[in-house]
Amino acid sequence: MNLNNLKGLNKELHLEFSDKRIPTRKGYGDMLVELGKTNKDIMVLCADLTESTQVHMFRDAYPKQFVEMGVAEQNLITIAGGLAHVGKIPFISSYAMFCPGRCWEQVRTIAGYNESNIKVIGAHSGISVGPDGATHQALEDIATMRVIPGMVVIVPVDYEQTRQATKAIAAHKGPCYMRFAREKTPVITTPKTPFEIGKAQLIKDGDDIALIGAGPFFYECLQAAMKLQEEGINALVLNLHTIKPIDKDAIVSAAKKCGCVVTVEEHQVMGGLGSAVAEVLGEHYPTPMRFIGIQDRYGESGPPDDLIKHFKCSTDDIIKAAEELMKRK
Amino acid sequence: MILTLHKIYKPSLNLSSWVRILLKKITDIKELKLMANTIRQDIIKMLAEAKSGHTAGALGMADMFTGLFFNAMDLDPKNVDWEGRDYFVLSNGHICAVLYAAMANAGYFPREELMTFRKLGSRLQGHPHRKMLPGLETTSGPLGCGLSQAAGMAYAFKHDKKPNKVFCFLGDGELQEGNIWEGMMFAAKHKLDNLICAVDRNYIQIDGNTEDVMPLDPYDKKCQAFNWNTITIDGNDMKEIVETFKKAKENKGKPLMIIARTVACKGICDIEGDCGWHGKPPTPEEAVDMLKELQQTRKTLEAKK
Ligand SMILES: Cc1ncc(C[n+]2csc(CCOP(=O)(O)OP(=O)(O)O)c2C)c(N)n1
Ligand SMILES: [Mg+2]
Repeated sequence: MNLNNLKGLNKELHLEFSDKRIPTRKGYGDMLVELGKTNKDIMVLCADLTESTQVHMFRDAYPKQFVEMGVAEQNLITIAGGLAHVGKIPFISSYAMFCPGRCWEQVRTIAGYNESNIKVIGAHSGISVGPDGATHQALEDIATMRVIPGMVVIVPVDYEQTRQATKAIAAHKGPCYMRFAREKTPVITTPKTPFEIGKAQLIKDGDDIALIGAGPFFYECLQAAMKLQEEGINALVLNLHTIKPIDKDAIVSAAKKCGCVVTVEEHQVMGGLGSAVAEVLGEHYPTPMRFIGIQDRYGESGPPDDLIKHFKCSTDDIIKAAEELMKRK
Repeated sequence: MILTLHKIYKPSLNLSSWVRILLKKITDIKELKLMANTIRQDIIKMLAEAKSGHTAGALGMADMFTGLFFNAMDLDPKNVDWEGRDYFVLSNGHICAVLYAAMANAGYFPREELMTFRKLGSRLQGHPHRKMLPGLETTSGPLGCGLSQAAGMAYAFKHDKKPNKVFCFLGDGELQEGNIWEGMMFAAKHKLDNLICAVDRNYIQIDGNTEDVMPLDPYDKKCQAFNWNTITIDGNDMKEIVETFKKAKENKGKPLMIIARTVACKGICDIEGDCGWHGKPPTPEEAVDMLKELQQTRKTLEAKK
């Protein structure tokens, strides 16, 4: 499937479709090393998952700005609270299931309520974590983070966007949450692709159906758009990399153009990206919707690709949802 | 061979008079060592087949699991809900390959099923899930939560004046979780001497040596200061393990922490003690060599009288 043949691609985004696959978390690790060169306030804290969260490169480059916390997520966020209060910019890294999963209340009070300059980083989110199984597959973190007032929530689409998002949240004053997947995933953005917190990216214009997604799963939207194009259906594809603050204008405009919206996320459909979109549309432009994601279940052990099919989040599932939904317009 | 006495024996209200000999216990040390060897071989096969999972802790704790499941605990693998059983909580769920291998060899489920470990649709989830596999007491994987759940069970048994013991295995890196210390205070407050914990003191965790990551020693003194009894043992010495569990069942007055000094990856010479194997499975080629080594160990063991 050659995504370069998609019609209505947004040239201003300088996208490139190739076979390149890099895990999003590596973009985080790489950019931290770049930022550490000049920004000596950045401190990276990790809870015994230094390589998994890709902060080993930062540890090796700036050992004095790195803090090993051990397996202690509540301590991770609360020590960060102290560091932030005296002017540091702590980036705290663990698996999303354990931070913010385990220490949600501390994130709410110490990062959120205090408006602390803490960057919470959740790696290994979603079912694509694979064989480790449900206990390690965070499917609720977008919901539990976006519900905290003042929290910025970012789900970068690929390696390159993660680099840019890491830079952006370092510059942003206040609490932020960013989530990654484990696997190597397709890279579609380039260093020239603009990135701004809160500004969704219209990847492909269209007027039959709007596909809105974020994170590495977003690639499924592009593949679905390609197949729909072959059937004569012109899909609009929106990369909603920032779940909060949400880009209302981009969402409403997509809904107005297409009249129906499918959301796609590697997360529970309750409370996640789809819900956030529905909140916007319900208030500003009620539109028929379908929600692709995890349907109120727990994950399971298995190979990532099989799990994506098992949980009905594949390209084909998006296409089916789109076709059904279009009949309701 | 499994005795099914409990099925014909109707317990009276006096629970202490229960006949609690169910899974036939292995008392011979050599036989126990052979069982540990079988379990180690199963672990290697499972991990190689799954192409993911945790090698170091599983191999290191194979002797402790053997002692616990085949000698110390009163269990009925064919009647997992038997109320008189001893309870086992695996807190460091990532080492579950060894738990599954022990359970399969004890007769909880067919050994062939071990090869489904970590696959889609398997009851043997990458981290244990209680609702999937009968005989599992808890779900684990997220570290730090086992001790308190075990303490909760022990508290209820005390409350109901029931004789059941609760065993809980923990990782040493896992002890960095605050929840562990909260549970320790609770167990000490309520003098839960029916709670027997054992920590896999292998001095490794993901990011390296535990004493570099977050120093824990002197752990025995910390436990004692928390009002726990402690015993420190060689967790790879079967005789010591069996004797310790025997003593543990007579433990009185305070909860007990067994500090089991183990060697990560025990049984595979080249990689013993290496934290790089915490969460790495052997490749098929490596597995072949490892199995050869374990079979050799077995022959030497069998030759001894
Ligand atoms: C709450 C939580 N945080 C982090 C992890 C990831 N994790 C899995 S095992 C492990 C290291 C645990 O060390 P230890 O208990 O000593 O296990 P060993 O490496 O000896 O098997 C970590 C950090 C987890 N499973 N749960
Ligand atoms: Mg350890």
